[in-house]
Amino acid sequence: MTWFLDHLALVGSLLLVHAWLAVVPLLLGLIIAIPLGWLAERNRVLRPILVVGTGLLYTIPSLALFILMPLVLGTGILDPLNVIIALTVYTVALLVRTVVDGLSAVPETVRQAAIAMGIGGARRFFTVELPLAVPVISSGLRVAAVSNVSIVSIAALLGIAQLGSLFTDGFARDFLDPIVVGIVACLVLSVVLDALIIGVTRVLTPWVAARSAA
Amino acid sequence: MITFDKVTKVYPDGTRAVDGLSLDLPTGKITVFVGPSGCGKTTSLRMINRMIEPTSGTIGIDGRPTSSLDPVTLRRGIGYVIQSGGLFAHRTVLENIATVPLLLGWGKAKAYGAARELIERMGLDASLTSKYPAQLSGGQQQRVGVARALAADPPVMLMDEPFSAVDPQVREQLQDEFLRLQAELGKTIVFVTHDIDEATKLGDQVAVLRVGGTLAQLAPPADLLADPVDDFVADFIGRDRGYRALAFVAAPALPIQPEATVELGATREQVAAVAAGAPWVLVVEDGAPVGWVAPERLGATVGRDDLHRGGTVARVGGSLRAALDAALSSPSRRGVLADDDGRLVGTVSATDVLTEIERDETGPPS
Ligand SMILES: Nc1ncnc2c1ncn2[C@@H]1O[C@H](COP(=O)(O)OP(=O)(O)OP(=O)(O)O)[C@@H](O)[C@H]1O
Ligand SMILES: [Mg+2]
Repeated sequence: MTWFLDHLALVGSLLLVHAWLAVVPLLLGLIIAIPLGWLAERNRVLRPILVVGTGLLYTIPSLALFILMPLVLGTGILDPLNVIIALTVYTVALLVRTVVDGLSAVPETVRQAAIAMGIGGARRFFTVELPLAVPVISSGLRVAAVSNVSIVSIAALLGIAQLGSLFTDGFARDFLDPIVVGIVACLVLSVVLDALIIGVTRVLTPWVAARSAA
Repeated sequence: MITFDKVTKVYPDGTRAVDGLSLDLPTGKITVFVGPSGCGKTTSLRMINRMIEPTSGTIGIDGRPTSSLDPVTLRRGIGYVIQSGGLFAHRTVLENIATVPLLLGWGKAKAYGAARELIERMGLDASLTSKYPAQLSGGQQQRVGVARALAADPPVMLMDEPFSAVDPQVREQLQDEFLRLQAELGKTIVFVTHDIDEATKLGDQVAVLRVGGTLAQLAPPADLLADPVDDFVADFIGRDRGYRALAFVAAPALPIQPEATVELGATREQVAAVAAGAPWVLVVEDGAPVGWVAPERLGATVGRDDLHRGGTVARVGGSLRAALDAALSSPSRRGVLADDDGRLVGTVSATDVLTEIERDETGPPS
């Protein structure tokens, strides 16, 4: 506890970096997964390729991906961009299937009604299909958020400072306090992110609350 | 007028859904497409607003082939009601109804104004305006679906089994409201159902389709019931067609008998005096017939619980079917007749109604 109080500023700045490294890929991954999911949902040939293909990305070990990134991107090994891009890949891996599931769950009658009213193409996607898929996409996003928070820590092994650094530091010095603080901070970050996603989803989908109250 | 001219639809997998369909759907009238499952009703309907393109043949609206019109513009000018509503779950009732007006650029004030008016017109409570579809009953959702299709006041309405997802009682109510609304609006309506009763009740003309997508018969309901062209149509119309056809025959001047009545709340003695030994006495309240009572099973006075329910009341000048049904459903076998305001006029016996049916020469031709 005294270690924590003595190093409040350090833990705080590591937490901010950690949050940044987890959240930016989450948003980037979402932005990439939506068009990929849209494509997969409407194209019968592309669907299995996209869903299975992106899903496989998640099986690449994170350490390997972090080390591969500089080779692919030409970045320095300590560049946080490696982490951002690697985690974006994982987020896409988790979210493409979710987006496809969410879009497939839109009832066919609703889609037909939209077509019959002359709501076509992009307008139908953004005003009817995507809003109705928000609850499903949001649940996938929550999984990705927690996954990102835990994977970011591994970047400490490469020397990129964030909460994971507390683990490597404590381990190297055989000192438990920073490790415990690091775990608790990761946990708090996950819970806060989760609550944030739930909150934003509620605001975006007032109709879901109305449905369960009915 | 909507015209089908030798319209054929073959799906890519080879299914011949509609085959050489030619018919006219007059402006301001309800044309019902009816037939067994898979006979191409939905396909025919969706070819009108080009949700499905015909393989060959042409569909014209007021003489213009739909193939020459922009699909989006065409669709926004045609109301479409889909089975089980197809409402947007993420939008309120008001927003759902205002969809097409907003797309047409009416602006929020005018679009929502029109939507509010329709909510009232469809007999929906104003408190439902800001509710979401999931908070409505099936019947209410169907009404919102119809309101949404009517919102931009399109001259043509396509309705694909709009009332099939609700229970029979609500369905009948929706049908009656629909007919009332159509009497005011006079839209050109194409209505799809697989229920022949619904078809004959709602249609100005009924098109019976057979599987394979060919037209078996096109006729006004009375003619269809009276004179099916072949065994398929006869079978499809069903067994009670003779009885149901009576619904389209206006009852002539029936020999109406005066009926001795008692007021609701009358004493046992008063009822016995009026009955004079008869097993059933008609009870009225403010001049309106409310039911029959059996004098010997009565308590001290006539209460609502003593009334025999289930008897129908026919309107004077209504159909022969209504008059016959009133007689057959009455425990005294005397059918109750009321005027347009619901006040008792008298009763008629089943025999007298049957005599009229036998005398009627517009009945089923040979
Ligand atoms: N997209 C499609 N591809 C291939 N065949 C189809 C397609 N849509 C419909 N069909 C077939 O075309 C035929 C007519 O279908 P349609 O939906 O028009 O029938 P329907 O009369 O509306 O039937 P129901 O009363 O069951 O709604 C059926 O045999 C159906 O299986
Ligand atoms: Mg159908």
